[in-house]
Amino acid sequence: MTAAIEVEKLRCEFRVHTGLMSAEKRVVAVDDVTFSVPAGSVLGVVGESGCGKSTLARMILGLLKPTAGTVLVDGKRLFDLDRKARARLIQPVFQDPFASLNPRRSIKDIVALPLEAQGTFSRGEIGRRVGGILERVGLSAAMGERMPAQLSGGQRQRAAIARALVLEPRIVICDEPTSALDVSVQAQILNLLADLRRDLGLTYLFISHNLAVVEHVASEVAVMYLGRIVERNETDALFREPRHPYTQVLLESVLTPEPGKGVPDIGLGDAMPDPANIPPGCRFNPRCRIAVERCRHEAPTRMVRPPQGMVECHLA
Amino acid sequence: MSALLEVEELQVTFGGRTAAVRGASFRVEKGETHCLVGESGCGKSVTALAVMSLLARGGHRSAKRMSFAGTDLTSLSDREMARLRGNRMAMIFQEPMTSLNPAFTIGSQMAEVLTRHKGGSRAAALDRAAELMGRVGITAPGMRLGQFPHQLSGGLRQRVMIAMALMCDPELLIADEPTTALDVTVQAQILRLLATLKREFGLSILLITHDLGIVARVADHVSVMYAGEVVERATTAELFRAPQHPYTRGLLSCVPVPGRVQRDRPLGSIPGVVPAIGSGFTGCAFRSRCAHADETCAHAIPRRQAGNAHDYLCRLEPDWAELQPA
Repeated sequence: MTAAIEVEKLRCEFRVHTGLMSAEKRVVAVDDVTFSVPAGSVLGVVGESGCGKSTLARMILGLLKPTAGTVLVDGKRLFDLDRKARARLIQPVFQDPFASLNPRRSIKDIVALPLEAQGTFSRGEIGRRVGGILERVGLSAAMGERMPAQLSGGQRQRAAIARALVLEPRIVICDEPTSALDVSVQAQILNLLADLRRDLGLTYLFISHNLAVVEHVASEVAVMYLGRIVERNETDALFREPRHPYTQVLLESVLTPEPGKGVPDIGLGDAMPDPANIPPGCRFNPRCRIAVERCRHEAPTRMVRPPQGMVECHLA
Repeated sequence: MSALLEVEELQVTFGGRTAAVRGASFRVEKGETHCLVGESGCGKSVTALAVMSLLARGGHRSAKRMSFAGTDLTSLSDREMARLRGNRMAMIFQEPMTSLNPAFTIGSQMAEVLTRHKGGSRAAALDRAAELMGRVGITAPGMRLGQFPHQLSGGLRQRVMIAMALMCDPELLIADEPTTALDVTVQAQILRLLATLKREFGLSILLITHDLGIVARVADHVSVMYAGEVVERATTAELFRAPQHPYTRGLLSCVPVPGRVQRDRPLGSIPGVVPAIGSGFTGCAFRSRCAHADETCAHAIPRRQAGNAHDYLCRLEPDWAELQPA
């Protein structure tokens, strides 16, 4: 089977000015990231804010040029494709459907825009496709006439999904698609995304900070910390037997609805990860509860973990 | 046990038309954590703001009874209420960046709380600030006092907000989604901190959240809100063991639980959206989304007892679990 997304040794650096007189600083947002997502599967990417997961998404979408490394989407290099071809291949769904929908256009017009931009669809064809996809995501024709402000959060996210799918792409990058929604609506949207994937044979890269959500939707999970993937494995294996201490802490932090268990002591100090100041050795060592001397000066190498995962830790 | 905060039949309207809170009643006992849980627009934040007399312009509150440590809150003047707020009852919000003034140092903002309510010198207030920052787990408080809010991470800012709320040794802490903007690891740390402080300071906490995981882990009692009403009240253990209101049950089925995931099965979900409730509304507000609704749901709904300190607002008798959706 061909990989829908293939990422190799991907790196992204930003230059930031920290002050008027101080020298320019390099922030490595994504560092040596390699993975592939088989067609029809879902790779979940988890990590805290600032870990580089959205930067990774933007590079895969072709919105940001990597400093080094390659991205192949459906076997093609994104930067060899023009914008129209790229739009037919891969589409995003973002977190905040209010910020990502033009407030001055009707839902119907917003969903039609990707088709119009292609310049190859007739008016009748556009109307037919927009009607079809709106119905598919559960929005009535009457909803299509409304403006984004007249829709609830869940309906707006349905509209954003319709816009992403109207060109029938193969791959969808979902960046925190349900984080801004209420739980009952989140469940509706997750179920819709699952149905669409099955029916249309889509591949998702699913970015979320919510591990319970990722466990529900993803077939494989990658855990990011300060720009690197520190552990990756099949979802069941990763949740059953997390190897990296950071993955373990993330899993322990999930507050399941089980009364009487209290809030766990996850043993992290108040040192916060700072992408502008990545510590030497293992980048997780200042917060790690089992770090030893070696972790403070020697970066761990990637080790293979069955069934098809990897972990970067001296002690895993 | 005695109640520190008692709210009975709270009504809040905006512009005389939109009914944001419709007869909500709950009690926060001394030394316990009481959770108001519900989705956006259910009236949970407005309820907290009404208790603190902080409703936005155009908001009007009325209540059969609203007492705090024996004081009738409805009879207090604005000036008397201002003496209570930040002093005996304190509040922390979701986004600490917007509740801190970006133009003043952490130290001066924290010290002001104490000098304003209790008087005393600024130096003494700064000492107290440094001590409390240590208590909430901020390392190097001396340095932090001289910093501005934008120099701190989100988790640190929320710790500062908590320390600031504790400056006057309040009896009640109202926390409105205090960890929603934070990463899961930081969320766990902050909630653990709140639990410790509750014990050490004898605090009572009114915690507002949409997250049932948080409710399960920190609350003693829970009030589930829907469309401005408290639709179910119970102890936390009881609510999760035997939820009665169809909305509570629906909400619980929507939460993916790690380790119990069935990837090929859809999550439970509640169809539709929360309706807008006008002033003339009668009957159950959940009926448009409820699989068990019938014509009786359009009329007055009884509050039923389902056990000790457990009641809910529904036409269905307790333990209708075997009942299948129509």
